[in-house]
Amino acid sequence: MQTWSLVSICVLLGVVVRWGVSLNSYSGAGKPPMFGDYEAQRHWQEVTYNLPLQEWYFNTTDNDLNYWGLDYPPLTAYHSWICAYVAKIINPDWVELHKSRGYESLTHKLFMRTTVLVADLLIYIPAVVFYCLYLTDGSSKKKVSTLLCFLLYPGLILIDYGHFQYNGVSLGFALWGVLALGLGWDVSGSMAFSLALNYKQMELYHALPFFCYLLGKCIKAGPMGRGLFLLVRIAATVLATFALCWLPFLSDPSQALQVVRRIFPVARGLFEDKVANTWCSLNTLIKIRSIMSGDSQLYLSLACTLLAVLPSCFRLLTKPTFWHFKLALVNSSLAFFLFSYQVHEKSILLAALPVCLLLNDLPLIAIWFLQASTFSMLPLFLKDGLLVPYVVTSLAFLFFSLYLLSALDHCSEDELRMGAYNKLLVFLPKLDLACIVRWKFYVSVAVMAVLSIVSVALVPPPHLPDLFPVLVSTTAFLHFFGTFVYFNVVQFSEPPSRKSQKKSN
Amino acid sequence: MAAPVDSGYWFPALALGVSFLKCLFINAYHSTDFEVHRNWLAITHSLPVSRWYHENTSEWTLDYPPLFAWFEFGLSHVAQHFDRNMLQVENLNYASPSTVLFQRLSVIFTDVVFIYAARECCRCVQEQKGPRDVLSRPSFVLAVLLLWNFGLLIVDHIHFQYNGFLFGVLLLSVAKHLQSQHLQGALLFAVLLNLKHIYLYVAPAYGIYLLRSYCFSQDNKDGSIRWASFSPLRLLALGSIVVSVCALSFGPFVAMLPQVLSRLFPFKRGLCHAYWAPNIWALYNILDKGLAVLGVRLKLLDEAGLPRASMTGGLVQEFQHSVLPSVSPSVTLVCTLLSILPAVASIWLRPRGARGFLRCLLLCALGSFMFGWHVHEKAILIAILPLSILAVESREDAGIFLVLTTTGHYSLFPLLFTPAEFPIKVSLMLMFTVFSFTALRKLHSGQGSLLRPLEVIYLLGLVVVAIACEVVFPLSPWQQKLPFLPLLATSVYCSAGICYSFLRLYVSLLRRDDKPKQL
Repeated sequence: MQTWSLVSICVLLGVVVRWGVSLNSYSGAGKPPMFGDYEAQRHWQEVTYNLPLQEWYFNTTDNDLNYWGLDYPPLTAYHSWICAYVAKIINPDWVELHKSRGYESLTHKLFMRTTVLVADLLIYIPAVVFYCLYLTDGSSKKKVSTLLCFLLYPGLILIDYGHFQYNGVSLGFALWGVLALGLGWDVSGSMAFSLALNYKQMELYHALPFFCYLLGKCIKAGPMGRGLFLLVRIAATVLATFALCWLPFLSDPSQALQVVRRIFPVARGLFEDKVANTWCSLNTLIKIRSIMSGDSQLYLSLACTLLAVLPSCFRLLTKPTFWHFKLALVNSSLAFFLFSYQVHEKSILLAALPVCLLLNDLPLIAIWFLQASTFSMLPLFLKDGLLVPYVVTSLAFLFFSLYLLSALDHCSEDELRMGAYNKLLVFLPKLDLACIVRWKFYVSVAVMAVLSIVSVALVPPPHLPDLFPVLVSTTAFLHFFGTFVYFNVVQFSEPPSRKSQKKSN
Repeated sequence: MAAPVDSGYWFPALALGVSFLKCLFINAYHSTDFEVHRNWLAITHSLPVSRWYHENTSEWTLDYPPLFAWFEFGLSHVAQHFDRNMLQVENLNYASPSTVLFQRLSVIFTDVVFIYAARECCRCVQEQKGPRDVLSRPSFVLAVLLLWNFGLLIVDHIHFQYNGFLFGVLLLSVAKHLQSQHLQGALLFAVLLNLKHIYLYVAPAYGIYLLRSYCFSQDNKDGSIRWASFSPLRLLALGSIVVSVCALSFGPFVAMLPQVLSRLFPFKRGLCHAYWAPNIWALYNILDKGLAVLGVRLKLLDEAGLPRASMTGGLVQEFQHSVLPSVSPSVTLVCTLLSILPAVASIWLRPRGARGFLRCLLLCALGSFMFGWHVHEKAILIAILPLSILAVESREDAGIFLVLTTTGHYSLFPLLFTPAEFPIKVSLMLMFTVFSFTALRKLHSGQGSLLRPLEVIYLLGLVVVAIACEVVFPLSPWQQKLPFLPLLATSVYCSAGICYSFLRLYVSLLRRDDKPKQL
């Protein structure tokens, strides 16, 4: 069958799955006084529409920053304003200043869900389609299979269309950036990534690889001459994009400073809630938060993050190829997730996107990680009443990606790019790596399944009320850490010789 | 590089995929049919057998044959573990989350019959020799057309009904006939009739085919009937199967047979459903209305003298036509019988094996859809699903299939009128349409296009009607004054397409008279 028809069928299926998930509940549904992320987004529409721009990030009588104050960069605010403009036309009650707090109705839910779908259709889904068609190799059937698996990744669907957020916009812009860099359009790519940064500050997780890759390319092109020219163009584009996004706030320095203060809240602790990173998992053994002071916690996490992220970035700087760029994206976002300050469990999506890019090249590990990332957010889904979509989308993703990408067949040492691994452990007897990896995968999926069932079916003992979330986050942490080590090893291995030359630019 | 799709497992992959998709619709809109089935669960569980067909606390009385009641009885034993309260007859419109979950899951699970039947049909399809990529094999295309059928998905898993299970039995019976296992096919059809009596519409096809091709075990050289080869043993076997199934089903209800029959065949309802099924009577109604309006304009008729009852108002009313003669149930019966007579006669005189029987079954289904009394638009699925089998084998049938299916599926749109389900129905419809067009074109490539220019124009017009009714009309000022206008437009436009497909199918059956094939 023709590729265009298969692609359109995959996209339509992705839309149906997304909308099917959106029929379920959202975060904070029916839970006054604070509700949840859904109410936060609605509140931002109310604030941006009714108040003048100067008051958006400030604590005023009309704008109570304690009730879901704006804490994302300006592009989010502008997007909320556009949504509010449409909302006002349909039903002004939805964005009435003060009076619309906690507004919940079926029509409003439909409107909010539609805004997410529209944003996805305009930004995220086209980027995915173009990436799979132009930057993956293999037959057209393999590309379409990759596209379907990419679109069916449960974590993003459940967060954006279930819990309610707009991650598709920032991840979509970042993906456009990756796409542009892959096709050799560096300036456009840096502009797209700057837009992503201006939508959600968490995209900083991806910033180092973008920086190192472009810098490495400039150096390779010649530090004097073409390289310098490219560097200047890129810098100018980034600065111009930032200036354009922050333009209304640049007139008054206190405005810009307040925005920065809102989007980087350093007053909070090392972590909140149960999240699958090092600090939270370490906290089960040693109570770090009580041992160390706030400042030293900050410095410790900064040091560890830098230590974790630097090897990969240096490697990318010396070998600025697209393959290394993708790996560096994974390594950088995982390093930040594992060691950084005030990480939320939803930030795993920032690591999941680069791993989706590797679905074609390293199917089994990618699928494994993506499944673990969805599993790590299980406590959040249970709180939001999204159990059925979680189960259905996870099973469907697991089944279809394993089947369509023949992941379990491609486990040989060469295919897993574990060349360096074997060099390290040359003294161990030759093991059947494929078999070991497969069995580890089965055991891991079984453990995740059991923990999921147990979290739902059983009641935790009264002296350990958080037993199941802690178990879930610790298991997920082990998976993430293992993946982090693995991808670092892969980045330091030789790139596969059969990769076509068009990849490295 | 090895093909990414493992050649052996595509069928389970398709079946599992569509089942996962169905699970995502658990929280979607469901119609009053949900309450109907909950009520039947309650009736069969809480009341003694003698009261089943007398019970009328709820307006949704039991109006399916006894085997279906026993099916609901079986389900109710599982239901009690989900939520006991749904089994109280007094709990009208009870729809707790557990109830919804149970009912939806029961539809998804009973669809396993349909999946099995689809697999049997795929096995009957003639494959061409030679290595072929999985996506262009007839059996793969048929599997997708059946398992992922848009109409079945939205009627069963959103609107809520048990059609998958029933169509599974029908398709299984057809598959058995295609595999020449006639007794099993007959048994399955007898069971089906006792599950839902709407399939009486296609009973003539079964009756005549089995009598002609099974009871008369041999034909003359020229295909005509050989009276000497009549086998009373076979007739006896068939008769005993049918009788025993009916006895098993109606046995406990023999005492109250009149009451059961009155529940099964309620003729008090009107000629058309509130939303006119796209059949001949829709065209008849619009002609009547048109002539009435014209008559009033031209001062030929007195407006006060016209009956005030509106055909589009309310749920199920009796009404009179204004200009043209009113239609009664017996008239529709006569019209239906007349419409299927040529088809039935054709397979008696010139049987064309199991595929001829399938064609006749289609024509009986379509004929009764076109001319029947109080037809539901969902009944178009009885024609669409079996036609899929013929569509993957023959070029001409593929062309008819594309017109009938697209039109028939679009005519189901008014069933899901809630805004929340709008993206689902549009995306699913597009998915199915894109697939059916591209797959069938690839399958029958090489001899020009599948559709005639007129048909292409008609289908493009369907898109225009769709946009007008679904998008433009709700935002226009006429929404308040004439709320039934989009329903009218949809059913009239679709009935043109369905009438056309009916005629084309007839022509293709009768034209094959010249070349009897032994299939």
